[in-house]
Amino acid sequence: MPLTRRNLLDLDDFQRDEISLILDTSVSMTEILSRQIPRVPTLRGTTIANLFYEASTRTRVSFELAARALGADVVNVTASGSSVEKGESLVDTLRTVQALGVDVVVMRHHDAGAPYLAASILDCPVINAGDGWHAHPSQALLDLYTVRSHLGDLAGLKLVIVGDIMHSRVARSNIWGFARMGARITLCGPPQLVPRELTQLPGTDGVIQMEPDFDLAVEDADVVMVLRIQQERMDGVHLPDLREYATLYALTEDRLARARPGALVMHPGPMNQGVEISAAIAYGPNSVVEEQVTNGVAIRMASVYLLVGGGEEAGANGD
Amino acid sequence: MTTRQIMNADDMRRALTRIAHEIVEQNAGSADLVLIGMRTRGVPLAHRVAGIISGFESSTPPTGELDVTMYRDDLGMKIQPPAVAPTDIPFPIEGKDVVLFDDVLYTGRTVRAALDALTDFGRPRSIQLGVMIDRGHRELPIRADYVGKNVPTSRNEDVKLLVEELDGQDSVSVATLDRPFREG
Repeated sequence: MPLTRRNLLDLDDFQRDEISLILDTSVSMTEILSRQIPRVPTLRGTTIANLFYEASTRTRVSFELAARALGADVVNVTASGSSVEKGESLVDTLRTVQALGVDVVVMRHHDAGAPYLAASILDCPVINAGDGWHAHPSQALLDLYTVRSHLGDLAGLKLVIVGDIMHSRVARSNIWGFARMGARITLCGPPQLVPRELTQLPGTDGVIQMEPDFDLAVEDADVVMVLRIQQERMDGVHLPDLREYATLYALTEDRLARARPGALVMHPGPMNQGVEISAAIAYGPNSVVEEQVTNGVAIRMASVYLLVGGGEEAGANGD
Repeated sequence: MTTRQIMNADDMRRALTRIAHEIVEQNAGSADLVLIGMRTRGVPLAHRVAGIISGFESSTPPTGELDVTMYRDDLGMKIQPPAVAPTDIPFPIEGKDVVLFDDVLYTGRTVRAALDALTDFGRPRSIQLGVMIDRGHRELPIRADYVGKNVPTSRNEDVKLLVEELDGQDSVSVATLDRPFREG
């Protein structure tokens, strides 16, 4: 089946077939990236604008490498050093970027919903590279791809997401994605950071559960996804102190031993080693953290290709 | 729509056997030979030719699979981007005599894309082209070195090649389309 949508904003309304198409296409992209010259001319003449209103290393570089591997041109716009500093509004910046002739906008913004506003204004495809606490669909897709490449079919797998789920757009998009692919999800973390509503998302039919005790949550897990503890949340309201957090919720070797043998350990980065994950596990045999980063390029190539590779129908069916 | 069969399984087998011998004769052996099938139906054809060559030469030429979707010149001219399948060329082609295989040679644009793709894998000593059907109507200066059958066609005909491995039978047929050809 083809991808019949124009934007990649979140996975909440994606069907299983659409997710599978992106993952399958990423297999071909991985092959391209493994070549001596990892570049194809597919999107020659296409310009992709990376509009980043929030700091990012891996996501921005990943989108940039993906665009270059497909032969597209990339322009990077960051909030600092652009007209944003002069007080230009988001809408005006978007209109300017469109008027300059950009074909795809990749956008990260500190406000949830900003990419949706962009999609409603722009004529070109918009890819959400993270908006506020809301969504980070390309991260979820690369996580799905990484798990599928190790464990095969995602249906029936047990995923544990541990940490500050409330403030995590990575967790939200992954919950939608893994639930749609038929996995079972257990959310774990300090109760004040795990919104109960997430267990009752529409269309998820009870596959999402909460278990505040990490030792119990990790039982028989196929995948343990550790979230970053954002130091700025250590304000005494959300989290009392790091040492207490680490005692209760750090992924340690003892806890990992309760998961299934060969369980995958994931982290969207950047990691706070010794806080949410022990240093031994972060780069241990179960860790696929670096693979996640590598796979991100293939997933973003596939996403861009499937969103912009089409066009107006020209007629004859070819050669 | 009217359909007529122009090759059956025996015809295809004989054509591939002849092509296999032509390839080995042309390249004075099979030492530096590699075969690369173009997805989708060039792939089983390449594997069959490799099998036939192994029957009368001392070795089987390495055989790879090439998907040219990412190199096409008509992306953006279709509503949906075409599906991409993985390329699998697990051997070096540097300095080799590469024989590309496709089912039907028509405009030549797919072969043009394949030549670009191969260039990204290295610099072969030569690239040759084998096809089961050459139906004419070239839009680029490309010709086949090995042809199963030359079939004069009109542009509002469609040549359909089926292979046992994917379709459950071997045959080539020509269908006349009801709608007239539209220039694309």
